[in-house]
Amino acid sequence: MSITLRLAWRNLWRHPRRTWLTLGAMVFSNVLLVFMISLQVGMYGLMIENTLQVFTGSLQVQAPGYKDDGKMRQVVDNVVPLASDLRKELGIDAVSPRALAFALASSDNRSFGMQLVGVDADREPLVSSVPGLITDGRYLAAGDTEAIVIGRVMARNLKVSVGDELTLIGSGLDGSFAAAVVRIEGIFDSGVADFDRGIAYLPLPFFQDMFYMEGAGHQIVVSTGTLSAVDDVASEARTFLADEPSLVVHDWDALQPGLKQAIQADISSAFFMYAILVILVAFSVLNTQLMSVLERTREFGVVMALGVSPGNMGKLVLVETGIMGLLGLAAGALAGAAFTYWFTVYGFTYPGMEEMAAEFNLPARVFPEVTPLSLLVGPLAVFVFTLVAAAYPALRLHWLQPVQAMRAA
Amino acid sequence: MNVLRVVIMLAWRNLWRNHRRTLIMIGAVTVGVWAMVFMTALMRGMVSDMMQDGVRNLPGHVQVHHPQFRDDPSVVNLIGIPDSDIAQRFDSAGIERWSSRVNVPAVISSERESRGVTLVGIDPGRDDALTGLSSTITSGRYLEGPDDTGLVVGARLLDRLDTGLGKRVVLMSQDPDNEIADRGFRIVGVYEAKLEAQEEGAVYAGKATVTAMLGIPDRVTEIAVVGDDYRNVESIFEQVAATVNDDLEVLRWTEIATYLGSMLNVMDGFVLVWFVVIFLALSFGLVNTLVMAVFERVREIGLMLALGMRPLVIVLQVIVESLLLLVIGLALGSLVGWLTVLPFEDGMDLSVVAEGMEMYGMSSVLYPELTLDDVLLANVVVLTLGFLASLSPAWRASRYEPMEALRKV
Repeated sequence: MSITLRLAWRNLWRHPRRTWLTLGAMVFSNVLLVFMISLQVGMYGLMIENTLQVFTGSLQVQAPGYKDDGKMRQVVDNVVPLASDLRKELGIDAVSPRALAFALASSDNRSFGMQLVGVDADREPLVSSVPGLITDGRYLAAGDTEAIVIGRVMARNLKVSVGDELTLIGSGLDGSFAAAVVRIEGIFDSGVADFDRGIAYLPLPFFQDMFYMEGAGHQIVVSTGTLSAVDDVASEARTFLADEPSLVVHDWDALQPGLKQAIQADISSAFFMYAILVILVAFSVLNTQLMSVLERTREFGVVMALGVSPGNMGKLVLVETGIMGLLGLAAGALAGAAFTYWFTVYGFTYPGMEEMAAEFNLPARVFPEVTPLSLLVGPLAVFVFTLVAAAYPALRLHWLQPVQAMRAA
Repeated sequence: MNVLRVVIMLAWRNLWRNHRRTLIMIGAVTVGVWAMVFMTALMRGMVSDMMQDGVRNLPGHVQVHHPQFRDDPSVVNLIGIPDSDIAQRFDSAGIERWSSRVNVPAVISSERESRGVTLVGIDPGRDDALTGLSSTITSGRYLEGPDDTGLVVGARLLDRLDTGLGKRVVLMSQDPDNEIADRGFRIVGVYEAKLEAQEEGAVYAGKATVTAMLGIPDRVTEIAVVGDDYRNVESIFEQVAATVNDDLEVLRWTEIATYLGSMLNVMDGFVLVWFVVIFLALSFGLVNTLVMAVFERVREIGLMLALGMRPLVIVLQVIVESLLLLVIGLALGSLVGWLTVLPFEDGMDLSVVAEGMEMYGMSSVLYPELTLDDVLLANVVVLTLGFLASLSPAWRASRYEPMEALRKV
């Protein structure tokens, strides 16, 4: 083996320029792959977190059908006691009951429709980032009654500020007329215009009185902290609620089906680009190795006449390629890590990204995330295809006739 | 001239001395160019689909509002010119495809449910030329005139409101004095839109009916104008700005939908980056091939130099050899690219990730768009960069010392 290794190493440097150029192709592709995959990992993480932490949470308990229809009467009965039972059962603090209804809100000179959300003032900050995004006044507190927290855009459209009153008109659970006058306690700014225009928060008990909910709500939101914990917590919750046919547990994937699919669509188009890069490197290697084998036809003829089997010569070619591939892998992963690391510190952005990113709840600067996976997946794929590309030159040796080969020019 | 013919002939013959190497390199260039063309056609298709839908939903290439309307979308901020006057001005300015609309936020209530929607009052005939709404009606009928008292709603909204065709709903909004303005409407038509948010968010009624309900007779909130091409709106923009020279805000669609606007630029940038990246991945192999080709021929080059061939002709020979190779690859790649786009002319079904595409504002059927511009750009990028990449090996070839080169083994 050691003689094969030594021979392979020397053969590799017979044409240093050729080897460097082939290595260059590998390193170039590897750096790009590491960078792009790390960027994707960083971006998807942010996309999911930012979308979920604003409102959706990791999973929700709802009435069957509420997810798709969102009808007022698809309720979760006794939502507050149920939420506290669930909290004990799951051992998670971040479990918060909510109720939702639509209403027309009028200030002194403007009226707009908005989605009202009745929340548990103490629990909501555990499942949503909105309570932390108050720019004026304060978030709801336990014991508040006729209080409301609205978004920045809505406040501007209604021409109101903290301390002003709003008249709310909607219809209750039983279809009757529901109305109330509330005081604006706080204004939040989530950065997502649609959200800041459309959503307002009321204390849950007050909400239940106003809309004749009789203790019912629409969602129990659970936040598991990490995405990986969602499946376990969801199945725990499902077992706990097994004898409640009027309730279902949806994880974030079911609540935001677009999110995962958007990521999948993005992955598949990215995969196409990666595949092309890898294939182009494979062509480069095929060319180099085929040339190097053809140049050595006479040499191979001689060693073959001396009794070396074609299999052994093929092994030599593969070892040469393997060494080159490993060099490319190591150099590519290192250079890729260094290149990407710079962006993990300073962030990555391009002209026009700000407008595009806002559409997906992303900041204008994305920080790639270097993980072992993002670091190795691309270079490993390049390595594997490098070896595959060398198979043809290696196999060709089986057709070699020693006498003819020795006579070759 | 004669020299050039000789050079081309020599280059062509040299290319086929080692046909394996040349074929592999042509294969690599073909795959690379195919990837450029195919990927770009897909991306262009996606973006133009997004643009067209986006522009149709806005609607219009150019919009006119009261200067405060976008900040404060209320019926207080109306276009100060009577609607009949607008019609006269646009007609005499020769602008044909325009529509004046009333666009206000409203709350729609059925017997069971309430939702926030945008109530759009339109002149059905005029508006249809911009939005094509009438062709998306799936049951019932389209509006018949500005005085129509019926309401056209989206299929999803109908579902969410738990109501049906022919049923009555109540719409609530505000009049200029912030009094509640409400009116009962009968649902006469149901439409389906590509994007869910659109289908759930917009309801259409006759313009005269809506202005009467809101107490703003003969006034509108916006004018939308469509030109010939959404990519080039400058001329129509100037025309419109000259027509409504009063104190009104005239905006291009790129300023209203900044996300879509920046998308167009980002896309152009991306295409170029993609081309260059692929070329760079290819360039290592290309340079390698040239270096090897020159290396094999050192003696020959020495002989030619010794016989008095000018070094420049040697440079030319290598460059022409490289360009010939690239041209064959480009022709094949472009052809294969075109052939692979052909079967998808009637659309590529992406419904597996429909909701994800919706998040990007795209529909689930993709129509690849192969433009001559992009194919030309790919060719220009490859030839220009290919020329630059061949300079160094060509230059080296011409710098050989004839006597030394002749002695080389």
